[in-house]
Amino acid sequence: MDRSDRPVIAEFVDVHRHYRMGDNVVRALNGVSVQIRKGDYLAIMGRSGSGKSTMLNILGCLDRPTSGAYMVGGRDVARLDDDALSEVRGREIGFIFQSFNLIPQLTVLENLEVPLFYQGRVGPESRRKAEYLADRVGLGKRLEHKPLELSGGQQQRVAIARALMNDPLFLLADEATGNLDSNTEKEILDLFDDLRRDEVTIVIVTHNQKVADRADRTLWLKDGQVERFDVNRPAEVAP
Amino acid sequence: MIRDFGRIVQLGMKSLLLHKLRSSLTTAGILFGVASVIAMLAVGEGASQAALEQFRDMGVTNVLVRSVKPEETQQSSSSMWSVLDYGLTYAEADRIERLLPRATVVRVREVQRGVMRGEAFRVTVVVGTEPSFLLASNMKVAEGRWLTDLDMLNQENVCVLGHKLAKLLFPLDNPIDQTILAGTDDRFRVVGVLQGQGRAAGPSGITYDECVFVPMTSSRRRFGDTIRNLSTNRFELTELHEIKVHLAGSDEVENAAMVLREMLLPMHKVRGDTEITVPLELLQQEEASKRRFNLVLAVIASISLLVGGIGIMNVMLATVTERTREIGIRRALGAKKKHIVQQFLVEAGVLSALGGAVGVALGMIVPKVITEVFEEKTVVLPQHVLLAFCISAAVGVVFGLYPAWRAANMDPVEALRHE
Ligand SMILES: Nc1ncnc2c1ncn2[C@@H]1O[C@H](COP(=O)(O)OP(=O)(O)OP(=O)(O)O)[C@@H](O)[C@H]1O
Ligand SMILES: [Mg+2]
Repeated sequence: MDRSDRPVIAEFVDVHRHYRMGDNVVRALNGVSVQIRKGDYLAIMGRSGSGKSTMLNILGCLDRPTSGAYMVGGRDVARLDDDALSEVRGREIGFIFQSFNLIPQLTVLENLEVPLFYQGRVGPESRRKAEYLADRVGLGKRLEHKPLELSGGQQQRVAIARALMNDPLFLLADEATGNLDSNTEKEILDLFDDLRRDEVTIVIVTHNQKVADRADRTLWLKDGQVERFDVNRPAEVAP
Repeated sequence: MIRDFGRIVQLGMKSLLLHKLRSSLTTAGILFGVASVIAMLAVGEGASQAALEQFRDMGVTNVLVRSVKPEETQQSSSSMWSVLDYGLTYAEADRIERLLPRATVVRVREVQRGVMRGEAFRVTVVVGTEPSFLLASNMKVAEGRWLTDLDMLNQENVCVLGHKLAKLLFPLDNPIDQTILAGTDDRFRVVGVLQGQGRAAGPSGITYDECVFVPMTSSRRRFGDTIRNLSTNRFELTELHEIKVHLAGSDEVENAAMVLREMLLPMHKVRGDTEITVPLELLQQEEASKRRFNLVLAVIASISLLVGGIGIMNVMLATVTERTREIGIRRALGAKKKHIVQQFLVEAGVLSALGGAVGVALGMIVPKVITEVFEEKTVVLPQHVLLAFCISAAVGVVFGLYPAWRAANMDPVEALRHE
C-alpha cells in the first residue's frame, strides 16, 4: 500500500510552542506542520534544544500548542480541557520513556494494567491481555516481579508492553534506547520492527543515527522548525 | 466501582509499606490521639455514672435531712463528761409531717454497736427506723419479713439484717428466728434479711447492706437518746440522725426542699448541725458538670487529633514530592486529576484509619487497666469509640486534601522530568 493511501491519524498544522522566560520568549516550536499516517515509523532528530521533546510532548497530549492546531482522531487537542486530554492520552497514546518509568511498588502485571485501570477496564480480560503482551515482549514468566528485579532491557520491554495495552493510535518514544547498551538497544529496535509489521505507528526521538536509520523516515528539527525529511526506505512498506 | 476502590486502597497500603517506619510514626500520632480520647471519655463516663448511681440510690424523690456533729469548741470539749447535744429532734420530724402532708417522713437513728452471734463479730450500725424506711430507700426483703407497725407499738426486740451482715453472722445457717447480741446486753431476734442493695448508706457512711435494722421505738428504749460515741468516747445527745422525706414524684422535690430549708435554717444555722441533701439536685449538677467535662474533652481531643493531622499532612507532602515522577507517569498513562486526588486521599485516609483502628483497640484496653490498677470505674461507650474513629478517618481526609490537590495539579511534563 502506498503511504498516501493510509489515513492521517495525527496532524500538526503550523504548531507553535513558546515559553516565556522573563522578558524574552523561547520559541521551542516555531511553526511545525507534519502529518503522521497509520503505520508510519518516524524518527525525529536534531541538535539538543531543537524542540524534539517539546514536539513529542504535544504529540502525546501532555502539553498544548501555544498556537496552531494539533488534530488527533479528528479533534483539535489545543481546545480540550485537562480531563479530556487525559482521556485522549489514556485511550490513544502509548508512551515509552528513556528511563523506562515503571512504577516501582507495583509488579510487572500491575504496571501493565495501569493504563486500563484509569479507563475502568481492569478485569479478567485486561489480565489476559497483559499476559499476552508480556509473552510477546518475552517476559511472560516475570509477571509477578517488581521492576527493580529486572534488567534495564527487560524493564524497557515491560514499558513497551504497557504502551500497547490500550491499543494506541501510535507509540511515542523519547530516547527509548538512550539508557541501554548497544546489544540491548538492538533487541529493542528489533521489537519495534516487529510491531511495525503489525502496522503499529511509531514515533521516536533520538540522537543516534543508527537508531534513526531503522525508521522509514527521519524528520530533522532545527530551532523549532522542520529542517528536512529523510526517507530511509521506499514509500511502500508493510506487507 | 467498589473493586476499583479496593484496588486504590490496596495500592495505598503498598505505597505506605515502602516507608514502614515513617508510616508507623505518622500513624502513631493518630493512634495515641484516638486512644487517649477514648480512655479519657471512659474515665469521665465511669466517674459520672458512679456519681449518678450513688445519687439515684439515695432516691431521686427523696430529700434527706441529716444531723451533723458540729465543730467542737474549746469550751465544750473541756469536760469529758459533758453531753454533746446536737441535731434533729422528734418534734422537728413531727413538724415536717404537718408541713408536708403528702410526703412520707421516715425517722432514722443510728447507733454504733458491736454485733455478735456466736464467734462472729462485727462493729456496725444499728439503724432504728420505721416501717416506711423500706419504701423510701427502695430496698426489698429477701427472706422473712420487714419491721411492722406492731413491732413499733410493742417496742419488739426484733431486727432485720442487711444482706452482707447476714452472710457474715450466719455464713452457714438460716438467720431467721435466731438471736444476735448488740453491744453487751441487747438481744434481738432476727425476723428478716434484706436483699443486697450496693452503695446506699446512712449518715454514718456504712452501707445498708452491713447494717442491722430495728424498730425506732426499740432503739430508743434499749439505747436511750444519749449515746456514747465509740470512737470519741464522748456522750452525744441526738434524737434523730436522719429524716428521709420521701415524696410522691420528682416534681415535688424542689418545693419540699425549699420548705425544709426554710423550716430548719433558723434553728440550726448557727451551729450548722444539720444538712439537707437533695439527690435530684446533685444528679442535675452532676449532669451539668458532665456536659462541661465533655466539652473540655472535645477541645483536648480536637487538639490532639489536630496534631496527628498535621503529622499526616507533613508526611503526605513529603510523599507527593518524592513520588512526583510516579504522578507524571500516571498522568501520561491517562490518569485524570481526580484519580490522583483519589489516590493520595485514600493513602492519607488509610494512614489515619489504621491509626484510628489501633487507637480504638488501645483506647479500649487502657480503661480496663485503669479500672484494675486504680479501682476507678470506667465505661467505654460504643458511640464514643465510633466518634473517635470517624474523627480520625476524617482528619486523614481533611489533612490529606491539600497534598493530594498539590499532586493532582502538577504539570505532567514537569513531573515526568523530575528526578
Ligand atoms: N519548561 C520550559 N520552560 C522554558 N523553556 C523550555 C521549557 N522546556 C523546553 N524549553 C526550551 O525549549 C527548547 C526546546 O527544548 P526541548 O526539550 O524540546 O529540546 P530537545 O530537542 O528535546 O533537546 P534534547 O536533545 O537536549 O533533549 C530549549 O531551548 C529549551 O530550553
Ligand atoms: Mg529532549
